[in-house]
Amino acid sequence: MLTLTGLSKRYDTGDLALTDITLEVPAGQVMALIGPSGAGKSTLIRCVNRLVEPSSGTVLLDGQDITRVRGTKLRQARRQIGMIFQNYALVERLSVMENVLSGRLAYLGFWRSFLRQFPSSDIKQALNLLERVGLETMFDKRGDALSGGQKQRVGIARALMQNPKLLLVDEPTASLDPKTSRQIMRLICELCREQQLAAVINIHDVVLAQQFVDRVVGLRAGKLVFDGPPSALTEKTLTDIYGEEDWSTTTGETDESDEAAAAAIDPLKPIGQGGHP
Amino acid sequence: MSNPSTDSGADQQRLALLKDGIWKPLPLIRDARWRWALNAAVLLYIVLAWLSVDVNWSRVAQGMDRGVAFMASFLQPDFVTRSGEIFTGLKESLTMTLAATVIGVLLAIPVGLGAARNISPLPVYLFCRTIIALSRTFQEIIIAILFVAMFGFGPLAGVVTLAFATIGFMAKLLAEDIEDTQKEPLEAIRATGASWLQWVNYAVQPQVMPRLIGLSLYRLDINFRESAVIGIVGAGGIGATLNTSINRYDYDTSAAILLLIIVIVLMSEYLSGYVRKWTQ
Amino acid sequence: MPLIRQGDQPVWKKREPLKQYAHWAGWMLGGMLFVWCWAIISENTIWEFLYDADEQAASLIGRMIPPDWSITGSLMLPLWDTINIATVGTVMGIAIAFPLAFLAARNTTPHPALRAVALAIIVSSRSINALIWAMLLVTIVGPGSFAGMLAIALRSIGFVGKLVYEAIEEIHPTPVEALSATGAGRSQVLAYAVWPQIMPAFAGICVYRWDINIREATTLGLVGAGGIGLQMNAAINNLAWGQVATVFVLIFATVVVSEWVSAKVRHAML
Ligand SMILES: Nc1ncnc2c1ncn2[C@@H]1O[C@H](COP(=O)(O)OP(=O)(O)OP(=O)(O)O)[C@@H](O)[C@H]1O
Ligand SMILES: [Mg+2]
Repeated sequence: MLTLTGLSKRYDTGDLALTDITLEVPAGQVMALIGPSGAGKSTLIRCVNRLVEPSSGTVLLDGQDITRVRGTKLRQARRQIGMIFQNYALVERLSVMENVLSGRLAYLGFWRSFLRQFPSSDIKQALNLLERVGLETMFDKRGDALSGGQKQRVGIARALMQNPKLLLVDEPTASLDPKTSRQIMRLICELCREQQLAAVINIHDVVLAQQFVDRVVGLRAGKLVFDGPPSALTEKTLTDIYGEEDWSTTTGETDESDEAAAAAIDPLKPIGQGGHP
Repeated sequence: MSNPSTDSGADQQRLALLKDGIWKPLPLIRDARWRWALNAAVLLYIVLAWLSVDVNWSRVAQGMDRGVAFMASFLQPDFVTRSGEIFTGLKESLTMTLAATVIGVLLAIPVGLGAARNISPLPVYLFCRTIIALSRTFQEIIIAILFVAMFGFGPLAGVVTLAFATIGFMAKLLAEDIEDTQKEPLEAIRATGASWLQWVNYAVQPQVMPRLIGLSLYRLDINFRESAVIGIVGAGGIGATLNTSINRYDYDTSAAILLLIIVIVLMSEYLSGYVRKWTQ
Repeated sequence: MPLIRQGDQPVWKKREPLKQYAHWAGWMLGGMLFVWCWAIISENTIWEFLYDADEQAASLIGRMIPPDWSITGSLMLPLWDTINIATVGTVMGIAIAFPLAFLAARNTTPHPALRAVALAIIVSSRSINALIWAMLLVTIVGPGSFAGMLAIALRSIGFVGKLVYEAIEEIHPTPVEALSATGAGRSQVLAYAVWPQIMPAFAGICVYRWDINIREATTLGLVGAGGIGLQMNAAINNLAWGQVATVFVLIFATVVVSEWVSAKVRHAML
């Protein structure tokens, strides 16, 4: 579904952030992208929806080469790709509902969106999504009146409003406490499975990643150094990705405590704003 | 999961509508009556204001070619014909600006200190605030008329005018700055048994100095622009030359003067940017 | 603030010696410049006029007190005109400044060449006082409050334009990125990500400029551009200082009220 071929990016400053990345993500697969700070994870994700212009290589989404399109075509490509940000990237002075509905902008003309004339199907979908992320009573609240976890839920709802085929997620939990992080990760992964979405998730927390994703890809200094199932992550592979360190706590022992922590949260209960009453 | 205490009837109603796919953003003013009253008031004002302007369209039409001529003169400004007057006018404007800013800032410091409620006694405070209010209410040109009546025509009246205006501007901002300074250093220095002057020097000055310099530069800029105006009423500077050229429809000279003013303002803006960086 | 050794006593100085000399030299130069300016001014001043300045001032004030209240009624219409000149002029200025600011802001401009043009317009408008614009416009559209409104508008374009484009350049870029990533168009991104972020600053700037414009509008009559300045000019020409004083009191009252209104509105916007 998403195919990257020979993707490289050199910034104007001369930093070579990505070198010759070739990667395929099939539909419905949730993939974690790990690697040390500065490895090029954000750059890779942003090359996919062209927030960053790749220097060379191609990005195919369902066979269409995204690196070549411009204008309306680019906007149509982007609307198939939802994006979730580390700092939520909500428009803080707009209400929750407006933030969620802004995921539909690419489907609407300027004047209708300017006058907030969204079709009622969009409004119903927005309400469904808000219910799904547990914020249905907050639709009139302003973005800046929410907690971090709530903001991220709105960010997720906005991305899903696009009815995307692919989700790009850039460190969704880096600004959240451990419990909320878990809830957000679970929410994203569940939603991806429900709607058969492919996802690329940048994440620093290897343990958290292992627990939720189907596949892990490791980047180091812009190069692909690992690609395999979460279970294949060993001390050696982690050393390949991150460098020398005592990894025993990450690969071995924590598995149990993870399980324990996971069990502490009722998996059947839809995730509400429990972490932030 | 939700917080029932905040679910008022209106919110429930909006949620019910939402379920039917109907949603509008919350209006800025919640109360519908206030909203309508405000709209009506704005409408009424527009009508009344419209009635109060009488535009003489035939006169406007007549003036149009003059407007075009004025625009065109920016493409062919005439610096030469009146170069002598322009040069003396500009020199006078610049010297007036500099002298007035220096005098004004120096005088604004005591007035500003006096107008800061946290360091001054009430009578001094009221006196200084009165000076500030007077200086800020009346435009430079009005004050210039009065000083010209007292001191006669010439740049001295201009300098006094600009200095007076500078006092109001600087002293108000300075006083606000002082009122906003952190309390702890003020108390700490006072606790050492320092005299009032020492106290101001050690506790207040370091906290307000950078902004004072920035504001002085900004005021220098304003004073230059004002110096181009007060000449109209005889208080010296380039204004008199500009006024004459406009009244004679000598737009080429006017354009030249205006371009010079724009260039000088631009230069001073760049310079003050550097000075500000340099002093910090 | 270095600690310098002198012999074996540490001496605390605010600056390094060399810097200290440069500092003094700077002050010296500034002082000399000031003296030179003053010399030029004093050359062009007829100091004889000053001998009776205190008498002049005393008699001026004497003739202003008490103000001639009898003309208050006839000043109400000019005062209303003054307020209209300021208000309508501000609205016209804002209407032009608003799109201009988006052209001038680095992060929203469609093209660098357009940005340069917008910046040139803004700086020209800002450098030239409303009174000068009014002098010009009176010769073009004829005397009256229409010229005054246009003058206020022309001056406001630069002021509002500059502050608004600076506000646009200071917005958080992430919401803009996020909405671009949804596939929203340029104008949709402006409406949904940029406008909400600058809205409070924009409202504050507009009200602030309106407040300044009320003051400026009181003087436009001096050059024939309408408002209460016309009456003031007439009173001054007739040396009717009592009437001038009445105009002053009215201006003062209007300005106090407008300042109060603008403070209220700015407070409500936060
Ligand atoms: N806008 C930019 N201009 C120039 N260089 C950049 C830019 N953004 C990133 N880089 C460089 O590209 C490299 C990869 O950065 P990137 O942000 O993709 O890393 P990352 O893996 O996301 O790191 P982190 O985990 O800290 O978010 C870094 O060396 C960085 O300095
Ligand atoms: Mg990153």
